[in-house]
Order: sequence, then C-alpha cells, then structure tokens
Amino acid sequence: MIYSWLIALFQALLYVALAPLLIGWVRKVRARLQNRRGAPLLQPYADLRKLLIKEIRVPHTASPLFRLAPYIVFVATWLAAATVPLVALDLPIAQIADIIVLVGLLGLARFFLALAGMDVGTAFGGMGASREMLISALAEPAMLMAVFTLAMTAHSTSLVSVMSHHLADGFLLRPSYLFAFGALVLVALAECSRIPVDNPTTHLELTMVHEAMLLEYSGRHLALMEWASQIKLLLYGVLIANVFFPWGIGQDFGLLALGIGLVVVLLKLAVLGLALATAETTLAKMRLFRVPAFLNLALLLALLGLLSHVILEVGA
Amino acid sequence: MTALLLTLLAPLLGGLTLALLRPLALAGWFNLAVSLITLGGAAWLAWLVAVSGMIAGMGFRVDAFNVYLVVLTAFVGVTTSIFSRPYMRHVCSTGKISAGSLRVYHSMYQAFMLTMLVALTTDNLGVLWVAIEGATLATVLLVSLYRTPEAVEAAWKYFILCGVGIALALFGTVLTYFAAQHVIADPAAGLTWSALYERAHELNPTVMRIAFVFLLVGYGTKVGLVPMHQWLPDAHSEGPTPMSAVLSGLLLNVALYAVVRLKMLVDGSLAETATPHLAGSLLMGFGLVSFTVAGLFLHRQRDIKRMFSYSSIEHMGLMTFAFGLGGSLATFGALLHMLVHSLTKSAIFVTVGHATHLAGTQAIERIRGLIRTQPAIGWSLLFGVVAIAGFPPFGVFTSEFLLLTATMQSQPWFTVALVSGLAVAFAGLFRHLHPMVYGAAPEGQQPVQANMLPVLLHLGLVLWLGLSIPDFLATWLDRATGLITGTRLL
Amino acid sequence: MSLTQLPVLQQFVLLLAALALFLSFVLLAQARLVAAIHAFAWQGVLVSAVTLVVALAGTAHHLYFSAALTLALKGLLIPWMLHRLVRRLSLSRHTETLRWPALVIMAAVLLVIFSYWLVEPMVAQDLAFTRNIVAVSLAVVLIGLLMMVFRQQAVAQVLGFMSMENGLFLAAVSATAGMPLVVELGVAFDVLVAMVLFGVFFFQIRESIDSLDVDRLNRLTEAVEITGERPG
Repeated sequence: MIYSWLIALFQALLYVALAPLLIGWVRKVRARLQNRRGAPLLQPYADLRKLLIKEIRVPHTASPLFRLAPYIVFVATWLAAATVPLVALDLPIAQIADIIVLVGLLGLARFFLALAGMDVGTAFGGMGASREMLISALAEPAMLMAVFTLAMTAHSTSLVSVMSHHLADGFLLRPSYLFAFGALVLVALAECSRIPVDNPTTHLELTMVHEAMLLEYSGRHLALMEWASQIKLLLYGVLIANVFFPWGIGQDFGLLALGIGLVVVLLKLAVLGLALATAETTLAKMRLFRVPAFLNLALLLALLGLLSHVILEVGA
Repeated sequence: MTALLLTLLAPLLGGLTLALLRPLALAGWFNLAVSLITLGGAAWLAWLVAVSGMIAGMGFRVDAFNVYLVVLTAFVGVTTSIFSRPYMRHVCSTGKISAGSLRVYHSMYQAFMLTMLVALTTDNLGVLWVAIEGATLATVLLVSLYRTPEAVEAAWKYFILCGVGIALALFGTVLTYFAAQHVIADPAAGLTWSALYERAHELNPTVMRIAFVFLLVGYGTKVGLVPMHQWLPDAHSEGPTPMSAVLSGLLLNVALYAVVRLKMLVDGSLAETATPHLAGSLLMGFGLVSFTVAGLFLHRQRDIKRMFSYSSIEHMGLMTFAFGLGGSLATFGALLHMLVHSLTKSAIFVTVGHATHLAGTQAIERIRGLIRTQPAIGWSLLFGVVAIAGFPPFGVFTSEFLLLTATMQSQPWFTVALVSGLAVAFAGLFRHLHPMVYGAAPEGQQPVQANMLPVLLHLGLVLWLGLSIPDFLATWLDRATGLITGTRLL
Repeated sequence: MSLTQLPVLQQFVLLLAALALFLSFVLLAQARLVAAIHAFAWQGVLVSAVTLVVALAGTAHHLYFSAALTLALKGLLIPWMLHRLVRRLSLSRHTETLRWPALVIMAAVLLVIFSYWLVEPMVAQDLAFTRNIVAVSLAVVLIGLLMMVFRQQAVAQVLGFMSMENGLFLAAVSATAGMPLVVELGVAFDVLVAMVLFGVFFFQIRESIDSLDVDRLNRLTEAVEITGERPG
C-alpha cells in the first residue's frame, strides 16, 4: 500500500522533472525543421533555474492574490497531472480522482491564472484573461464530451479503468476513439496555447493570449507559472499517448515494468512532440475570431465520437 | 411477351430516332406514329391479359391492375401527340423555342412514355424506382424548354424536390430489400414484387413499417401529395402544355400505382400486428390533407394552368384517400377515378393550351370570352370543367359517387369532409371559369387553329363511362380490384 | 454483437462508415466550393472502400463490381464533372456565406440521433455485422437533405443531392450487401444522367438570373401576381 503511494509520488515528481524536457524537445525539433540549430535540449531547465534565483518584482497595484496565484496554479496543475498514469497503471490515486477531477483541477488553475492576469489592472492582462476564458469556455465542453466518450466505452470515469479496459480489449478500430482523439488533440492545442490558437513564442504582441497574462510576473513567480504551463503540455501529451495507445505502460510495480513504462512513454512523447513541432512549423496562427470555429470542430468531433460509440459499437 | 416488347421498344427506338431526326415537319408525324404503335402494342397486351389473366417473365409482370394503366398511358400518349404536333409547331414558329429544343421535346416525350411503361410493367421494385426517377429526368428539360426565368426556376424546383423525394423512396426500397433477404433466399429475387407479395406475411413488420413511410413520402412527392406538392403547380404552369397534359394524366397515376403496389406488400406484412391498417391510414391522412388544401388553393389562383394543376392534386388526394380506405368498393371507385381523371384532365389541358394561344397569356383575368371568339374551345373548356367537377352524366361523377358511398359505409364522418371539399373545389373552379368562358372578349381576339379531336375523344369516353360502364371494362377493373383487395366487387 | 467480437476487417468497415459520416458534416460546413467538391469525392471513395471491405470480409463477391462502380462514379467521374463545371462557371474561388453555421451543424447532429432512433428497432434483430451502419447511412442521406435545404448555391445543392446518393449506396451495401446488379446499374445511370442535367441547368440558371444563388429564383410563389406573357 505504502509502496504504491510511493510510486504515485514518484510519478508525480517525474511529471515535474520531465515537463521542461518535453518543451525543450519540441523547441529543438522546431528549430531543426526551420534549419536553425536551436537552443540545447536542456535549455528550459536553465531558464527555470535562472528565474528561480532572480529577485521578485511585484507591481504596487497588485493584491495578495497576485502573489498567491503562481503557487495555486502550479499546485493545481501538478495535482491534475498526478491523476494521469504516466509509467504505471494501477495507481491508488485513481480511487480518489477521476477524469472529472482532472478537468476540474485544470479549470481551477486556469481560473486563478485569469484572475492573476486581471489583478494588476493592465490592459494586456485583462485582454489576455478574457481571451483565455473565451477559449476555455469553448474547449471545456469539447474536452468533457471527448472524455465521456472514453468513459462510456469503459463504463467508468476513472482514467485507470479507461486505460486498462483499452488494454484488455486489445487492438480495436474504434470509430469513437478516432473522433475523440481528434477532439482531444484540438482541445490540447487550444488549452496549451499552441499554434494555431496561440503562439507560445511571441512576446509583447497584440495577438498573445497566455503571455499577456504573465506580463507582470518575474522571478520565482514567473518560473512557477512557466513550469505549470509546461506540466500542462506534458499532461495533455501523456493523456493522449496513454489513453489512445496504452501499450507498454507498466501494469505492476516491478522495476522492470516501470523501466519499460518510462522508456515507452518517453518514446511516445518524443513522437508526439515531433508531430506538434511539425504542425507548428507548417500551420499559421489563426485569427482570434476563427478560434470558435476551430473549437466547434473539436466539439463536433467529440459529439460524433459519442454518437458513433452508441450507434456503431454498442450492439444490441 | 412480343406484345410487351413491342410496347416498350416502340418508344425506345422512336425516342432515339427522334433525337437524330432533322426534318422538323416530319418529327411531329413520326412522334404520332410511334405513339400509335405503342398503343397498338398496349391493346394487344390488354387482349392477351384478358385471355390469359397475367403475363410474366423476364422481370416483367402484366396483370389486370397495370394493364389498364398501360392502355390508358398509351392512349393519352397518342391523343396528346395528336395535339402536340400542331401546337409545338405553332410555338416553334413564334420563335419561342429553337429547332434543337423541338427535337429535344420529341425525343424526351418518347423517353417519358418509355419510363412510364417500364414503371408500370416491371416486376422489380428497383427497376420501378429507376423508371420513375427516369421520368423526372426525361421531363425536367421539358419543363425548362422555354428558358424563361420562371421556367428555369420551375424546372430546378421540380428537379430538386423530386430528386429528394425519390432518394427517400430508394431508401425505402433498400429497406424492403433488407426485409426480403430474410424471407427469400435468392438475392436476385429479393426485389421482385410478385415473389415478395406471395410471402408478404413473412416480411418483418418493423422494417416494412419504416420502409413504407420512406416509400410513401418518396413516391408521394411524385403523386403531388401535400406538403410535398410544391413542384407540381410550377412544373405544370411553366412547361409546354402537352407536357402538363401527360404529367397530370400519366405521371401522377404511375406514382400512385407504385404506392398502391407497395401498400399491398405492407398490408400483407402488417396483417398480424397491432396496426394492420397503418399503410391505409397514412394514405387516408395524406390524401385527405392534399384533397382539402388543394381545394382551398384553387380559389386564389391567377394562372389557368396552375389552377388545373391544383385540381390534379385534389383528385390525386381523393384517389389516395380511397386506396387508403381499402375495401373493394372504394378501390373499384379509385381505379375508375384514375381512368376518368386522366382522360378529363388531359382533355382540359389540351383545351387550355388552345385557350392560352388564343388569349396570348396564361393569366386567368386576361382570358375572356372564349365562347364568343371560338365556341369550340369555350364549350370544351366548359364541359371539361363540368366533368372534372363531378357533374353527372360524366364518368367522374360515377367514380366520386362510388367513393362517397364506400366512405359512407366504412368511415361515415369522412363523408362530410369529402363532400365539403368537393363543394369548395367546385366553387373554386367555377368562379374562375365563368368569366373565362362567358365574359366579354377583348378587342381583336382572333380564333386560332385548333384540333379538338383529342378533347372530343376524351370527353366522349368520359361521358360514355358516366352513362354506362362497358362490361369488359367493368370486369377488367373488377379483376384489378380483386388483385388489390383480395375480394371482388361484382 | 458488439464491436469487440468483430474481426479487424469488419471493424474497419465501421471506421470507414464513421468517417463517411464525418465527411457529411465537413460538406455541410464547408463554404468553399472546390474544397466541398473534394470532400464529396473523398466521401465517394470512402463509400467505395466500405463496399470493397464488406466484399473482402464477407461472401458477397458481386460487391467488388459495385465498389468499382462507386469509385468510378462517385469518387472520380462526378467530382471531375463538378470541378470542370465550377471552372467553366468561374466559381473556383467562390465562397458562400453560410447561414447559421452552428445551428445547422447542431441540426445535423440531431438528424444523426433521429436516424438512430428510427432504425434502432430494426437493428435490434440479430443480423449481419453491417447493420450498425444503416443508421449512419440514413444520417448521411438526411444530412444531404439538410444541405439542400440550407445552401442557396446551386452547386452546393447538387453536392447535397449527390451526398444523399452516397448515403443510399452505403445503405444498400450495409443493409443488404448490395442491390441486384440491374438495379445498381440503373441507379448509377440515373445518377449520371442527373449530373449531366444539373450541368445543363447551371448554365440555364446563370443565364436567367446571372448567378447561381438559387435563393434568387423566387418568382414563382403563391402570392405573386402573374402578369408575364408566357407562351402557354
């Protein structure tokens, strides 16, 4: 019992540790695709370290909420990540947290992020917050719908059951999974502020969303915020990789299984990162007014997933 | 079989020849000749059926029910081509259509006859669908023949609405085939009507119920049932008048024929279930709504051909209602009504064609004083309308009387709706008719060259049927009634 | 019979059918004509692929022919004709303003649910593995119908019509393992003739209203006063 909780803790720490690596990988691949050498793979770690030791400057108009928000955002995102099986499947945490808790924790993090953006009272912060809320209001139903499709297949809202059900079924061509996969990818792009919804590399541009909310942050606070958003990207990556392609994940807590699980999940994430970088090089950021159409597509895909599950897969 | 082949090959080869035939003066005569050959084939076929009861083979099946429609179709084809020859030459000489369009017209006329005859004689529900869709395709170019914006709009509407309707009918056909596959082992025979009819009681009622709804909506669009009737008045009013005559006189009948054939299957399938009369009730509902709505719409028409097309919807509604009512008396009445309505309505459209040439317009308020300028047209129109409104001694009266009697027997309350509907329609027709026939003729209205032979022929037949139905016809219709309902009337 | 018990080939059929349904939605929401034609072509290819895989997975060998016919007609010939027409009508860059796009999509989703509800009692009987697709094919038919109602552009309406036909082909394959050959050929012939006639009509419509916006074909209504001189 204690051992399994230790594994869960280890896994949660792994999220924190691996998150900068994923973003470093994506940036590296992207640079290579654009014929640049790019920063080293471990650059994000260095950036975080630099921010962590720097002095914190807080605007004089800021309320205590401004100081508190980075911690809440980081912890909520981290907790959310901890509910998603990374290297081992049968975690005790599954009994206390299912998919809905995951969505709720992410919502909590986003709520405080937006509050912090508005807190200082600058124009950019408020604009970023309102855009973030617009995007999330559209993305969340799609996310929930897609997740329900998975839950209906497994007859459970626990991620662990969804994955083990998928593993037990073996390889199946499920139309509903295909649609849910599409929907989740679109939602992930929007939620993690990637192209085509937001451009993570811009800074001080009128079109920015995520960056606009972080403009006033510095030092440790900024480091936590950045780290949280990296964890979120990793979380979505793992969610997509492990739900739709769960093969290789450790089914017991033996060292070998965990080792294989870690290697396999790293491989899956590398592939996903490659795909993300390729997509970001080829696509252009869309105008904000087009974003609702983009997320409606995600919602439609999720709905079709739900319907095709009922119509095509259940059987009499 | 030879007779059947003659009946079908004549319009096929005729249509192809007409598509290539250059001299236009000849085309009209040739069209008439082809129609006459078809009629000869049909008459031969009828005689064979009268002797042997039924002809079947090679995917065709001619029995008492469809053979009389075959003869009717061929007959109206002949009389309309008599009318259309000088009529279309007149249109062509006024420069409204080009010589090429006229060639298209003649060729499509025969193609349309072919599809009608195939739809009637085939034993295969899939081929039935193909033929009825083919009829749309053959006539849609004719509706837009004049190329006016209105004509193009009417044709587009016709094309799209009938296309949608007929697609739904195909879905129904697929479902029927689906039901058949569990009953009939040979997949090739799964759409054969006669095979299905023999084992109709084994067809899955759930599937057949859904299938019939699709089939009714699909073919019902072609019948012109409200609310799928939108295309009908437009197509009738904008196309050339001979087209209106055959559309009203033939196409609607054939679509209704398809519905009745399918109802026979569904009735067999649903006989043992909780709702054995589902198909009949649906037909009655659609029929009654069409009958009432079309009767009311008659009043507000300003275009003479639109008005008579609404009258067609009304009569199709009445027939649909009667077939839905079931029972031998109602079915006999409906079959008779099909016959007399076709004859009367095509006669009316022929007369209307002459009247519009005379007045130079289709607007009712500008067609005046027909009886003064050209008594033949005026009297024909008057008698035609008297006949279609159901006055004795014309045949329409007989059939409507039979229908009312049948309704009185089984569903007395519907009689009220029917009688009031007939009265409304009568009032609608006559309030427009009176000034057209008796009003003061506009200055300088000149008589036109008109061939009243088809009208005389049709109205004469309708009058004869009203005075006494000949024995052979009565037996014929009675045998058809027996086929449809299982019990004979006489 | 649930999905887990089916062989992979049969699962593949369901997947293809689901994708065909998705393409119906794409067609419905696609405002650019050329892209819509491409979506339609892909739908045709998918329907043909469904037919092919059903033939491979089952015993209905005459379906190979039907798959080839569908591919030739729906995947290649008709899209090619439409492409040519669009080019000749210089509509290649045409983008339609869609009315109530989100509402239309929701209506389409409701149609999918309606189709399922309608065929559900039929599907409940133990039949071939393709029975699940009957609802999908009906949905494709009904979404095609919806498209014909909500699009005002003539070419888009034709696309709706043709995608209805795709749904019917899918229905024929899924519910009954293909119609008899004579019927299938007849239907294909009708569709082809219809396409040629549609082409003729595009030019007639443009000649008469100088656009292909069918909403502007509104002369014939019950209320309008008919005064025009028509030949009768």
